[in-house]
Amino acid sequence: MNPIQTLRVALRAITRNKLRAFLTTLGIVIGVGAVIAMMAIGAGAKARVEEAFAAMGTNVLIILPGSTSSGGVRGGFGSMPTLTWDDLAAIRNDVATVKMAAPTMRSSMPVVSEENNWTTSITGTSPEYFDIRNWPIALGVAITQADLDGGTKAIVLGQTVVDKLYGPNANPVGQSVRVGSTPFQVVGVASKKGQSATGQDYDDAAFIPFTTYAHKVQGGLGKYLQGQVMVAATSADTTLRAQQDITAVLRDRHHLAPGEEDDFSIRNLSEIAGAQQQGTETMTMLLASVAAVSLLVGGIGIMNIMLVSVTERTREIGIRMAVGAEPHHILTQFLIEALSLSVAGGLIGVAAGVGTALWLAGRFHWPMLIQPDVITVSVGFSALVGIVFGIYPARKASQLDPIDALRFE
Amino acid sequence: MADPVILLTDVTKVYRTGDVPLRALDGVSLRVDEGECIAIMGSSGSGKSTLMNIVGCLDRPTTGSYVLAGSHVSGMSRSELAKIRNHVLGFVFQQFNLLARTTALENVELPLEYAGVGSRVRRRRATEALQRVGLGNRLAHHPNQLSGGQQQRVAIARAIVNAPKVILADEPTGALDSRTSIDVMAIFQELWRSGITVVLVTHEADVAAFASRVIMMRDGRVVSDRTQEARRAVPTQASAEDGAAA
Repeated sequence: MNPIQTLRVALRAITRNKLRAFLTTLGIVIGVGAVIAMMAIGAGAKARVEEAFAAMGTNVLIILPGSTSSGGVRGGFGSMPTLTWDDLAAIRNDVATVKMAAPTMRSSMPVVSEENNWTTSITGTSPEYFDIRNWPIALGVAITQADLDGGTKAIVLGQTVVDKLYGPNANPVGQSVRVGSTPFQVVGVASKKGQSATGQDYDDAAFIPFTTYAHKVQGGLGKYLQGQVMVAATSADTTLRAQQDITAVLRDRHHLAPGEEDDFSIRNLSEIAGAQQQGTETMTMLLASVAAVSLLVGGIGIMNIMLVSVTERTREIGIRMAVGAEPHHILTQFLIEALSLSVAGGLIGVAAGVGTALWLAGRFHWPMLIQPDVITVSVGFSALVGIVFGIYPARKASQLDPIDALRFE
Repeated sequence: MADPVILLTDVTKVYRTGDVPLRALDGVSLRVDEGECIAIMGSSGSGKSTLMNIVGCLDRPTTGSYVLAGSHVSGMSRSELAKIRNHVLGFVFQQFNLLARTTALENVELPLEYAGVGSRVRRRRATEALQRVGLGNRLAHHPNQLSGGQQQRVAIARAIVNAPKVILADEPTGALDSRTSIDVMAIFQELWRSGITVVLVTHEADVAAFASRVIMMRDGRVVSDRTQEARRAVPTQASAEDGAAA
């Protein structure tokens, strides 16, 4: 008996009892459907997190200066300037794994146009800043080296600031604004970057040359860098290496003895991204394991109905054996039947899962990502469930005694 | 003298159900030559069904040897016995034992499926077998659309479709009226005359009269074994009509 005939016999047996077959497969349908939907939504959430961190830059490190310590009360990182401008030059020039570095000095100040004002975060920085953050300029130009050298009063506005001062879609390049009491000229507008994972609006910001910032806000460019340093490693893979290299360089320059605490701190954004990703992955695994349990329950349903089917068809098995069916023929017949049930359930489940995911995505605006390998794996897994839970009833059928089977009423 | 098709030597069958072992067969030796038509008779509990099961390779003897068409079947595995049933034997049962909701043609094709015969040849041979029993016009009928006699003829077609050496019939007329019984016996006689060995199990003397040899059993032993002139079974009008329509 060839496989196609066996399949035909199995399908005929299944279609004889359509409602029962449908109810039997329902467990698998729900299990596979749940796996597909959960994985699609989980993968969508993960992709969104990844996207958010890619926008932030996965090869970005932030160096914070050290802390003050007065009377036993220790300030947080950045409360005491320990980074010097020479440190920045050393990081730029002496660390091979560092591609770019930019100082960032930040304070909240009102920006005033002719008709409006808006208090935002003013960052004094260098031209590399926009490259490090992978943030293109939409209109006009970025801060240039000439601006740094000349200490010009040039300002690049974020999109939110433009909206608040000039209204949406306005082009303010060339306009004058005041920051505090100092007049600046708008040279460029940064493109829209959106929100951070914690809801902070990246676009609510304005950027000026750090030299101008030091003179106009901080009252002069001293030895110490009164802010942070943002670093781009040569690639995402070398980020950790760059972190170690910078630590070594700074410890050496600051003459820290072995065992002494760092007087600076390096934040690795990819670590935060990793932690976030792990969170969504844990969530996905949790949902998937719940779905896997329902697959298991579906398998038990199949086993149950196959045992009923074997008992009901004892006489048929006897007849088949009498005319020459070998035990392996009977085994295959019932195994194929269980397999057909579970695979059919799996395929219906895929359709149901994709449908549910699409519906959820549309209804609640959840991100969603349907992965072909998840579909393959869940159909494969439902086939496995069919085999595992079908083998016992099929074996039972194949081991029947032909005489008893023929006499069975 | 013809070759022995069935050769049982000192066969016993003991069932161990409960405390007392039951000796269903107690030293049966039997030789059936090719081209015989034998009837095994006896009251219920005489061991005739057990003997039939062993001869039919559905069961194995506890002791003794059984040679069927030259093969020692006493020590064969379940799979090997299934192959023997498929190639050497054909079964006809009292209750017909056709697959329900399956056409006559597909029922007859069943042994050929397990023999691995291709679908076209299978269809042709099954059609021929049904024509031979006078049901050439009932190929697509399901068992519940056929009369008892017609169902039994489908079962006979299934038994002969794989060209067996021996047909085993267990009370083949037990569920039929006397007229239909004669039709069915006529078919068995026709098969016998074409060279197939026929073994009937029956408790009716009327049926045994159509055989060339009658074996009586009692308490698991053969108590008489006599050759006779087989009475000729003449088909009735109904069966002749079925045949003509084919």
